[in-house]
Amino acid sequence: MRHLLSAADLDRDAALLVLDTAERMDRALAGREVKKLPTLRGRTVVNLFFEDSTRTRTSFELAAKRLSADVVNFSAKGSSVSKGESLKDTALTLEAMGADAVVVRHPSSGAPHRLAGWVRGSVVNAGDGTHEHPTQALLDAFTMRRRLGRLDGVRVTIVGDVLHSRVARSNVLLLATLGAEVTLVAPPTLLPVGVDTWPAAVSYELDGALAKADVVMMLRVQRERMTASYFPSAREYSRRYGLDRARMAALPEHAIVMHPGPMNRGMEIAAEVADDPRRSTIVEQVTNGVSVRMAVLYLLLGGIDPREAM
Amino acid sequence: MPSAAPQLPGTRTLFDAGDVARVVDRIAHQVLEKTGGARDTAILGIPTRGAPLARRLAARIRAFEGLDVPTGSLDITLYRDDLRLRGVRALAETQDPPGGVDGKLVVLVDDVLYSGRTVRAALDALRDLGRPRAVQLAVLVDRGHRELPIRADYVGKNVPTSQDETVQVLLAEVDGRDAVLPARAPGAAAEATR
Repeated sequence: MRHLLSAADLDRDAALLVLDTAERMDRALAGREVKKLPTLRGRTVVNLFFEDSTRTRTSFELAAKRLSADVVNFSAKGSSVSKGESLKDTALTLEAMGADAVVVRHPSSGAPHRLAGWVRGSVVNAGDGTHEHPTQALLDAFTMRRRLGRLDGVRVTIVGDVLHSRVARSNVLLLATLGAEVTLVAPPTLLPVGVDTWPAAVSYELDGALAKADVVMMLRVQRERMTASYFPSAREYSRRYGLDRARMAALPEHAIVMHPGPMNRGMEIAAEVADDPRRSTIVEQVTNGVSVRMAVLYLLLGGIDPREAM
Repeated sequence: MPSAAPQLPGTRTLFDAGDVARVVDRIAHQVLEKTGGARDTAILGIPTRGAPLARRLAARIRAFEGLDVPTGSLDITLYRDDLRLRGVRALAETQDPPGGVDGKLVVLVDDVLYSGRTVRAALDALRDLGRPRAVQLAVLVDRGHRELPIRADYVGKNVPTSQDETVQVLLAEVDGRDAVLPARAPGAAAEATR
């Protein structure tokens, strides 16, 4: 594996290797005073973020640092990008400085794919527009497997703004690869064209999908990407598609509630659901994100340097 | 590495299952003798085959002295210095021995001692796990060609090899049977350049 651009890059074996490696990483560091491994000493990871992010950037930074890689954080604000530098020139500049991996987040779908054609190091997609966010899907799968003990046949209901959600797209691809059954629930206006070709069932109604769900994944309503009005009012959206206490009570005993964050409390998820200690995995997802990203960086960078092999 | 090495045709087995059992017994006695009864001692096996060997050693010590020595495993993959040359490997289990390693006498266990690089990596990994009082090394086979100033405290058998020969250790827990076989080094040329 050279890059991680899409969840579809991973076949079943590769996806399970990432999850198993993440499990080992997690256990290798659990309970240790020194949370650091020497594995990627001397490697440089550049976090190239053209969009705001707290958890993903911090998570990648921590993951790289725990593997002893050097980390350079680059955000578009306050950089040459605000002077009009193109993505390609930015990439070539970083390349010239010797970046072994570029972790990129970009508002345009496909930007990491373009980047992968320009640089010789590894490219990791940390979210591109409304397209994909593969490491989020991996950490979600990791969290599900930990909580439920398996992924094969697990019924996952993904609820909300599927249209704008790279998290949903990557999760559908990865979960299908791993044998889970995905149901997408959203108002028709928030489903993308061609969703019928995805490996997932589609429903417009949340209540009917709750009783048999092992996992409910709530998506953030992404107002910043909404160029038109997709639903009449926040209140109506919340009543029809929000996860409140009553709906949570309709879930099977063992079911878990996930959210990729950041949350709009009171909109897609009620505060008491988000904070439910038994069902909510929202904090765990953040913790697991570091282990999963360590696994991805190790598998991409730990081995033979592709530039030396060329 | 002993895995997947083709056996040399027409050569005999170095150890059969009985020899392996006798050697483990002997090392168990030696550990007891050298550590003064194996108190405040922990046994840590290096996966793949060091881990079952460590458990066997502990089981024999229990049989001889009725003493439960804490046992664990120590995966050293993330500490290797040859990842860039050989590519990434799947990680194995690291399991702290009950009671940890701080202040203990730790006996590291591996199947074959060769360049010493695995042991160096294990010492680095051990340092991140805690601070043992002392560290000793037990191996089933020492086949020479050290590249680092490292020696074993307990050796099952010294097997002098040339650079293009290797030794393959089979253990029932991993391979279905116990034996030590001479074999041809798979990447003889590659290993020689290391």
